[in-house]
Amino acid sequence: MNRRDSIKALGLTALSTTVLIEACKQPETKTEVAATAEEPVKEAGREQWEIDRDKKLKSETFFTKHEMATITVLADIIIPKDDVSGSASDAKVPEFIEFIVKDIPEHKVPMRGGLKWLDIYCFNKFQKSFVEASDKEQISIVDEIAYPKKARPEMQAGVAFFNKMRDLTASGFYTTEIGVKDIGYAGNTPNQWAGVPDDVLKQYGMQNVKI
Amino acid sequence: MSDFQIKKSPTVYDAIVVGSGAGGGMAAYVLANAGQKVLMLEAGQYFDPRMDSHQLKWPWESPRRGASTTRPFGDFDASYGGWELEGEPYTQKNKSEFEWFRSRMLGGRTNHWGRISLRMGPEDFKPTDGLTDDWPITYADVKPFYDKVDRMIGIYGTVEGIESEPDGIFMKPPKPRLNELFIKKGAEKAGVKVITGRGAVMTESIKGNNDRAPCFYCGQCGRSCKVYGDFSASSCLVIPAVKTGNLTVITDAMVREVITDKDGNAKGVSYVNRKDLQEYQVSGKLVILGASACESARILLNSKSSAHPGGLANSSGVVGKYLHDSTGAGVSGFLPQLMDRKRYNEDGLGSVHIYSPWWLDNKKLNFPRGYHIEYGGGMGMPSYGFGGGVSKINGMVPDRNGKMKDAGGYGKSLKDDYRRFYGTGVGMAGRGTAIARADNYCEIDPNMVDKYGIPVLRFNYKWAKEEILQAKHMQETFLSIMKEMGAVVTSEIHGADTNYGLLNPGKIIHEVGTIRMGDDPKKSALNKYCQAHDCKNLFVVDAGPFVQQGDKNATWTILALSMRTAEYILAQKKKQNI
Repeated sequence: MNRRDSIKALGLTALSTTVLIEACKQPETKTEVAATAEEPVKEAGREQWEIDRDKKLKSETFFTKHEMATITVLADIIIPKDDVSGSASDAKVPEFIEFIVKDIPEHKVPMRGGLKWLDIYCFNKFQKSFVEASDKEQISIVDEIAYPKKARPEMQAGVAFFNKMRDLTASGFYTTEIGVKDIGYAGNTPNQWAGVPDDVLKQYGMQNVKI
Repeated sequence: MSDFQIKKSPTVYDAIVVGSGAGGGMAAYVLANAGQKVLMLEAGQYFDPRMDSHQLKWPWESPRRGASTTRPFGDFDASYGGWELEGEPYTQKNKSEFEWFRSRMLGGRTNHWGRISLRMGPEDFKPTDGLTDDWPITYADVKPFYDKVDRMIGIYGTVEGIESEPDGIFMKPPKPRLNELFIKKGAEKAGVKVITGRGAVMTESIKGNNDRAPCFYCGQCGRSCKVYGDFSASSCLVIPAVKTGNLTVITDAMVREVITDKDGNAKGVSYVNRKDLQEYQVSGKLVILGASACESARILLNSKSSAHPGGLANSSGVVGKYLHDSTGAGVSGFLPQLMDRKRYNEDGLGSVHIYSPWWLDNKKLNFPRGYHIEYGGGMGMPSYGFGGGVSKINGMVPDRNGKMKDAGGYGKSLKDDYRRFYGTGVGMAGRGTAIARADNYCEIDPNMVDKYGIPVLRFNYKWAKEEILQAKHMQETFLSIMKEMGAVVTSEIHGADTNYGLLNPGKIIHEVGTIRMGDDPKKSALNKYCQAHDCKNLFVVDAGPFVQQGDKNATWTILALSMRTAEYILAQKKKQNI
């Protein structure tokens, strides 16, 4: 293919664009056909066992309503709404956590046990479960487990749980449309990479660095 | 009457190719284009990047957000396979921890590979330190085929004139990313040379090739490319070869053995169909193995007959021996200078933009062979695990008000930290020469078969001081580069107890050497054209024939050698020698 003969659209050659559009279309069409024929669901680029596994995981429920409510409160404490973007629950982080503990089962016990630890600790302190505690009471407990180096040694179980909860919340939040926009990831689109923008080169004094 | 039967096809093909990766794909491509009737057997299922690639999907299109639960390199990675395959075990001997990655799909592991495409140099073929055996061929023998592969498939890079890192016929390279400029500066201060990367990504169109379009810089080569902008054996070799009308591909065909006649010549292949579990036999005038170094060795060792009691092509006893994978170790961290950096699309292309070819003289070092360095980092697409490091490192640098705070946290200030640290990551990994040794090997485990009843491989592999001292040097070098660039190291620093971070053998997925070539039939399985000494119509075109791998990634050499073998086959056919 001769680049000069091609029309550049969005930085893509005409052929790239057509091929890409066609390529993106086909899997969808395929899925529809399969679905109407009531055959096993097929998905382009997936092995059957992967599709079956996802379907099975999605049909199962792991967390109880109470656990999900606690996860939601914690997720929104970790990633609240601010001037830039919405909260963890706006980005459906609790639903992601429900899926991921089934997908990666080693999360199950630490999450279930950690939630239980949190409730017991909260009950001993305030005579109520974590979700029933006031905002102030909740934060006072979170402050005891959110800073690994500062936390008292007897809080280690809570620290380990909160670390996991924080990481799962970040994973769940920044991999959504809300989170990707917040963090400012600007790629995943056909383009021409022309190198570091001039103003950025200048900002870091890298104008003269050549590979 | 028994239900059990073996279905025999009456067709006799000019050649049967086992495996559809770089080696099998190239052999089939050359032969089919020359008018030979070729049958290809692939153990996995059909895969066409145009249809099956997960390119340009967003993280939320994966329920696990790209986590590596079901695919070792993430949910969008183009590999049907991994380190463990259900029902297809392998075993270890003497506490070996060899890890074997298999992709069961058209194109094999070339659908997801890193596309880093380096030529082996003159000394890689003829080492001057006397430590390992010479190849029966020289760089000059292979150079014309490297050249042809460059032109046919496309590779970017820059002409550098480094003898041990031979130049190719290069397309324009990608520009460096910001963190790569920091790396360049820091590495130079640390005395490490950094040059433009070399990869099998088409940055320009190839004249006369209308099936492939140039790279559009999504940085996702690992997912395989819908416009065939990079090299996969599926998109660039097998699918085009099928279009000639001369290549027939049977997928889900798990090869059991090569069948030989009473004179010991190959006459066909038996396989089990993974879907219907029926047994099949196909016939060919010659058999070409390209199932991967270990899988091809397994097939040969399982192909026992009265003419070949120790396995086919194995009168020398070397099949399975001299197994070696590249060494690998890495260091990672972040660049505090890049906090709060400006956002823009820096996906670039999905192979390396820069790398460091081996730059030192081993005569002055305490280990015999070198390594190259691959670099990474930047503003990548978030996926599962995103931000996992932030709560550990946000106590290491001052906050916006210039104050230190406690690591961890929650709420608006943590959310701000995720933004501040985004795109500051930087890392590097070494890929080095491991010594080919007879006592690192795979063999048939007499006690175990896979779910198809095929005896499985057992690995025996130990790193020795040559590799461990090299890994130590890697770590020291990486730490010095990180220091010179002002980066903070966050990965674990390894000591002697963990071999300085040297990864388990197999982990780099450059395993080679199990069916080595050589001039002496007593010490090698194949001649210098990758033709079996013991069986003239049997060839091996994967990385099995490698005598000794350099620090260079294997694929470009597999492609060049396979093309050379296929051309040799055509020439021999013309002379009616085979």
